[in-house]
Amino acid sequence: MVEIPSGSAGAIPSAEVEDVELYHPKSWWTKYVFSQDAKIIAVQYSLTAIAIGLVALVLSWLMRLQLAFPGYFAFIDADHYYQFITMHGMIMVIYLLTALFLGGFGNYLIPLMVGARDMVFPYANMLSYWIYLLAVLILAAGFFAPGGPTGAGWTLYPPQAVLSGTPGGKDWGILLMLSSLIVFIIGFTMGGLNYVVTVLQGRARGMTLMRMPLTVWGIFTATVMALLAFPALFVACVMMLFDRLLGTSFFMPAIVEMGEQLQHGGGSPILFQHLFWFFGHPEVYIVALPAFGIVSDLISTHARKNIFGYRMMVWAIVVIGALSFIVWAHHMYVSGMNPAFGFFFATTTLIIAVPTAIKVYNWVLTLWRGDIHLTLPMLFALAFIVTFVNGGLTGLFLGNVVVDVPLSDTMFVVAHFHMVMGVAPILVIFGAICHWYPKVTGRMLNETLGQIHFWTTFLGTYAIFFPMHYLGLLGVPRRYFEMGETAFVPPSAHTLNIFITVMALIVGAAQMVFLFNLVWSLFRGREAGGNPWRATTLEWQTPQTPPAHGNWGKELPVVYRWAYDYSVPGAAEDFIPQTAPADGGITREVPA
Amino acid sequence: MAQTIGTHGEPDLRPAGLRGVAADFASDQRAFKTASWGKAMMWIFLLSDTFVFGCFLIAYMTARMSTPVAWPNPSEVFALHIGGQDVPLILIAIMTFVLISSSGTMAMAVNFGYRQERHRTAMLMLLTALLGAGFVGMQAFEWTKLITEGVRPWENPWGAAQFGSTFFMITGFHGTHVTIGVIFLLIVARKVWRGDFDQERRGFFTSRRGRYEGVEIMGLYWHFVDLVWVFIFAFFYLW
Ligand code: HEM
Ligand SMILES: [Cu+2]
Repeated sequence: MVEIPSGSAGAIPSAEVEDVELYHPKSWWTKYVFSQDAKIIAVQYSLTAIAIGLVALVLSWLMRLQLAFPGYFAFIDADHYYQFITMHGMIMVIYLLTALFLGGFGNYLIPLMVGARDMVFPYANMLSYWIYLLAVLILAAGFFAPGGPTGAGWTLYPPQAVLSGTPGGKDWGILLMLSSLIVFIIGFTMGGLNYVVTVLQGRARGMTLMRMPLTVWGIFTATVMALLAFPALFVACVMMLFDRLLGTSFFMPAIVEMGEQLQHGGGSPILFQHLFWFFGHPEVYIVALPAFGIVSDLISTHARKNIFGYRMMVWAIVVIGALSFIVWAHHMYVSGMNPAFGFFFATTTLIIAVPTAIKVYNWVLTLWRGDIHLTLPMLFALAFIVTFVNGGLTGLFLGNVVVDVPLSDTMFVVAHFHMVMGVAPILVIFGAICHWYPKVTGRMLNETLGQIHFWTTFLGTYAIFFPMHYLGLLGVPRRYFEMGETAFVPPSAHTLNIFITVMALIVGAAQMVFLFNLVWSLFRGREAGGNPWRATTLEWQTPQTPPAHGNWGKELPVVYRWAYDYSVPGAAEDFIPQTAPADGGITREVPA
Repeated sequence: MAQTIGTHGEPDLRPAGLRGVAADFASDQRAFKTASWGKAMMWIFLLSDTFVFGCFLIAYMTARMSTPVAWPNPSEVFALHIGGQDVPLILIAIMTFVLISSSGTMAMAVNFGYRQERHRTAMLMLLTALLGAGFVGMQAFEWTKLITEGVRPWENPWGAAQFGSTFFMITGFHGTHVTIGVIFLLIVARKVWRGDFDQERRGFFTSRRGRYEGVEIMGLYWHFVDLVWVFIFAFFYLW
C-alpha cells in the first residue's frame, strides 16, 4: 500500500463554511467557570475525572488491604467490600476513563487537531460538562446516603442489585447509581454529538479525513460507538429503576427474599445482561480506541518516523469499532445460552484480534529503526504496548468458551481486564498528559519526577496484576471478601496477596508524585515554547501557547499534508508541519 | 448554526451516486456537503435516539415473548365503549391520524420557512404544536382510562404484569418526546413570528445567528417522533 503523504494534489479548495462567531465571555465567570471554550471545558472535565478517579484509587487500596490482611481492618466488612468494588469499578470505567478520554482529550484535541475554532456547538458542550459534574456528585452522594453506595458489582446484575441482601439494594445506593448513570449519559450525548459533528463537518481547509491524526480517528470512532452503545445502558438503568421504585418486573423473576415471596414475577434477568453488555463490551473499546489513536501519535512523534500503515490503522480502528457491537455475549458464557450463540460470539471475539494485532504490529514497525527519543510520552507508549499485548493475549484465552468457563469469575479475569482496559489506557493517559501538558500550560513537566512516576507505575502495576493470573489459575475467585479455609488455595497464595497489596500501595503513592508534578511544573516548569516536541500536527502550530480563545488568531489554518511527515528525506528539518505548503522545504522529488 | 455560503466558486465536479459519497468523504472540511452543523447534529442525535427506542422495543418484545402468563388482548384492552358497543382501537386510530397530520403541517411549515413567509410558517408550526398537544392529551385520556380499569405498572386485571410496565414506560417515553417537541415548536414559532430569522438575530446563550433552517431541524425531530410512533403503534396495538 502506498501512502500519499503530501497534498501535491494541487490547489486547496476554498472555504465552504463561513468562519464562526464565537461567544465572547463577558466576565470572569463566563471565561473560566461557565466557559464555552472547549479547551477550558476539557480541563474541567479532566480535573473532575481525576478527582473522582482518586476516590476509586483509594477504594482499591482498601480492597487490597482487606485481601492481604483479612480481619485486620474492622471497618471493612463484607458489605463495605462490595461497595468499594462496585464504586471502584464503575468510577474507573465510566467516570474516569470515558470522561477523561472523550470529555477531556476529545474536547482539547479535536478542535485543535482538525483546525477548528471550537466545537460546533459550544453551548451544548458546556452543558455537557455541568451535567457530567452533576452525575459525579450524584454518584459520590452514594457514600453519604443512608445504607451507603450500592454493592451490586459494577455490572449491577439484577435481581440481586435491588434486593435487600445487597448493600444499597433497598436503600439509596442503587437508586443513586442508576440516576447518576442516566444523567451521565444525557450529558455525554450533548458532548458526543459535538465531537462527532466537529470531526465530520468542522474541519479546516485541506484537512481530509485521511489526513487526520490517528488521535482524532480514535476519539471520533469511540464517540460514535458511545452514542450507539450508551442507549442500551440508559434503557437498562431506566427499567431497573422502575423495578426498584414502581415494583415492575422487567428483570425480576418470581423470587423469594429473606424467606418472603416477593410481588415480582415473569421478568428476565438475562435481558438485563444483554442490555448491559451490549453497552459494556463497546465500552471497552470506547476506552481503548482513543488510547490506540493517541499512542500511535506519541510513537510516531517521539520516534521521528511516520506511522507505519496509516490507512491500515484507520481501517483497523473502524473495523474494531464495528465488530465490537457483535461480541457482547462473550461476557455471558456462564449465564446460560444456546450453545450455537456461544460459538458465534467466540468466533466474532477472536476475529477482533486480527485488526487489533495489525495495530500492534504497526506500532512496532513504526518503532523499527526509528530515531527513538525516550521521553516520558514515549516511555508510557512503550509501556502501553507491553501491557496491552499481555492483556490482549489473555483475552484470547477468555474468548474461548471452554477456557472461559473454568476461569470465569476468578482472579484471572480481574488480571485480564485490568491489564487490557485498566492499566493500558491509564498508561496512555499519563503519556498523553506528559505530551500535551506543554501545550495546555506552556510549561514542561519535570523530567525527574516524571521518570520516578513512570517506572514505579509501570513496574508496579505489572507486579500487581501479573501474579493475579496465577491466583486465578489456582481458582481464587473474584469478588470474594476473604478466602477463609480453602483447601485448593495454598498458603503461598496468601503471601502473594500481601506482595500485591504492598505493590498497590506503592503504585498509589507514585500517583501522588505525578499530581505533585502537575502542580509544581505549572509554576516552576521549564518554558515549553510552541512546539517542544517538534511535532507536525496542527495543535502545535497555534499562534499562542496556550492557544487563545478561538485557537487560530485571524486566519484559520490550511492543511497541505498528512500528520506524519517525520524525517522526510531531503527536508530541511526532521518534521514538516501539516500547515507547510506543498513542497515544505523538500528539495527532493517525493514519490507519489 | 453555521451555514453554507453556497458551494464554492469552482464548477461543481463532484461525481454522482456512490462515487459522489466517496468523493465527499474523501474531501476536506465537510463529509456531508449540503448539511449544516445543526442538521448533521440532529441526524446523529436521532440515530442515537433510534437505539434508545430500539432497546426499549426489543426489551418489550422479550418480555412479551418470555412471560409465562398470557398477554392481554390488545383489541379488547384498547377498545372504547361508544354508542352501546365496543369499538376496538378507535382512540388509537384517531391519535395516529392526528400525529401523522401534524407531520404534514410541519412539512408545510418548513416549506414556507424557506420562502421566508414568516407568519404562515409560524401559524403552521403552531398548528403542529396544537396537533401534538392534542395527541398528548388523548394519550393522557387513554392512560386515565387504563388506570381506572386497574392497569398499573406492576399489575393489571387481564394477564402479564409486563403489559402495564412496558406500555406505560414506552408510551410515556414517546409522549415525553412529543411534549418536548411541542415546547420547542412553540419556542421556534415565536422566533419565526418575531422575525428573528429574517434579521439573523443572535441567540441569547449561543450568540449564533438564527436562520430559517432551525425550522427544518425542528421538523426532522418531529418527523422522527412520528416515525417512532408508527413502530410503537404496530408493536403494541396490532401485535
Ligand atoms: C493500581 C490500580 C488498581 C488496583 C490496585 C485495583 C484493584 C482492584 C481490586 C482489588 C478489585 C476487586 C477484585 C475482586 O475482589 O474481585 C478491582 C476490581 C475492578 N477494577 Fe480495579 N484496580 C486498579 C485500577 C483499575 C483501573 C484503572 C480500572 C479501569 C478500568 C479498574 C477497573 C476495575 C473493575 C471494572 C473492577 C471490577 C469491579 C467488579 O467486580 O464489579 N481498576 N480492582
Ligand atoms: Cu467484551
